Amino acid sequence: MPPEIPPWWHRLLAKPVLLKIALPIIIIISWAVLSVLIDNEFILPSIGSVLLVLSKPFADILGSGSLVGNAMVSLGRVLIGFFVAAVLAIPLGIGMARNEKVHDFFDSTIQVFRPIPPLAWVPLALAWFRIGLLSMVFIIAIGAFFPILLNTLDGVKSIKKTWTEAALTLGAKERQVLAKVILPGAAPTIWTGLRVGFGIAWMCVVAAEMMPGTNSGIGYLIITSYNWGQVQVIIAGIIVIGVIGLGIDYLFKIVEARKFMWRELDR
Amino acid sequence: MTLSVENISKEFEQRGIHSPALVSINLNVEDEEFTCILGPSGCGKTTLLRIIAGLEKATSGQVIIDGEIVNGPTSRMAMIFQDYSLFPWRTVLDNIAFGLEMKGIGEEERHKVAGHYLDLIGLCGFGKNFPYELSGGMRQRVAVARALAIDPSVLLMDEPFGALDAQTRNMLQKQLLEIWDKTKKTVIFVTHSVDEAVFMADRVVVLTSRPGTIKEVVKIDLPRPRDRTSQDFATVRRYVLSLIDEPQLIQ
Repeated sequence: MPPEIPPWWHRLLAKPVLLKIALPIIIIISWAVLSVLIDNEFILPSIGSVLLVLSKPFADILGSGSLVGNAMVSLGRVLIGFFVAAVLAIPLGIGMARNEKVHDFFDSTIQVFRPIPPLAWVPLALAWFRIGLLSMVFIIAIGAFFPILLNTLDGVKSIKKTWTEAALTLGAKERQVLAKVILPGAAPTIWTGLRVGFGIAWMCVVAAEMMPGTNSGIGYLIITSYNWGQVQVIIAGIIVIGVIGLGIDYLFKIVEARKFMWRELDR
Repeated sequence: MTLSVENISKEFEQRGIHSPALVSINLNVEDEEFTCILGPSGCGKTTLLRIIAGLEKATSGQVIIDGEIVNGPTSRMAMIFQDYSLFPWRTVLDNIAFGLEMKGIGEEERHKVAGHYLDLIGLCGFGKNFPYELSGGMRQRVAVARALAIDPSVLLMDEPFGALDAQTRNMLQKQLLEIWDKTKKTVIFVTHSVDEAVFMADRVVVLTSRPGTIKEVVKIDLPRPRDRTSQDFATVRRYVLSLIDEPQLIQ
């Protein structure tokens, strides 16, 4: 009997690259087919009309600014909120990990606030800070705060006791132990917290920008496009959000691979 | 250098129950002497070393080095741990230079000094490597170099070769003795291996099982370099072994 030729899908699945792009291709083809079948730009626009929007990233859309312009506004807000969260969460995490009293003082409160979705704060943010940058930064910071805090706590706690003891016997002062042992030793885990925190912050900004009264940002652009029935702009906006989120995550991962390789390799 | 351990006792408290770990330890360590603290596991020998290092507080008694009471870690003494405790994010050279960096010595100068100790431990050419690229034995040598680089009077070693295979262990014992000979440091070396203690030490401080007290201080007069296979070595070894075994026989 001649050897059986494996079916084509077996050969396809044998190649990881092909496997990785298979689902996106299926989605795009389904989209193309469905948009023809549905034939309604208000429900599912054609790929072409979305690409048309994406092809002019700097063009003004419905008087609401361009894709890139609004994305940059969102990114700026995220950076501010993220920075506020990091500045608060990293020292607090180190303090809690190093000192049991500090831990006990903050822990119960943190456990209560942690499960609250950042968006549940939207009405309060509006009541306290009015519509504007401050309330958005507040919500973004809440979203990014907890992953950064918990990872910092974890990272500092996982530091080997003999690292700090060795440093002390080698003449390091408390402050030097913090700067030269605890921070670098916990840095990989803190970095993971920053990466996760940034991802959540990026999700929060889009939602925060959908708050009434906002007049810029990629979330604002999407909600305005909805009001004008411009579904192709909504999808283009979603793609921009995804690409930026992916890109930033990739940057975090590159730094991780370059700087924090030792965590994986040190046995 | 003078180092004396005066009437050190240590109690641990667990759920309100006090249990003694060390009772009335008195010990004078002489300059440039190689002292081994030997005892069964759980006898408190590591605790004793940590108290000497200033990493742990004694319940009573005191450690005095060069006329000063030890209140915390001091750069007169450097500790070497069983798990090497190298900083994995630093290169070998920067690990060795750590103590000098803490003193505020500039990069060029401290790398020069660190390079010297890198040569001393026979690892020149590995300065730019990271600890995870080295074997266990090599890492422990780096830890020794890191301790030596701050030029302490005393090296405290807590079962430094305990995690290594027998061959590497024997090799590192010889290397450590060579380094000790060259640098003239006082060494206090904790081990549970009778063979290691007799091979390395000028004096072996034998502790009893918990609570640890000094059972006997055995002076090892065997000429160096010592021959593990010699009759004299076996005689001393057998004697020290009998000190360790005794309490269990009585029980």
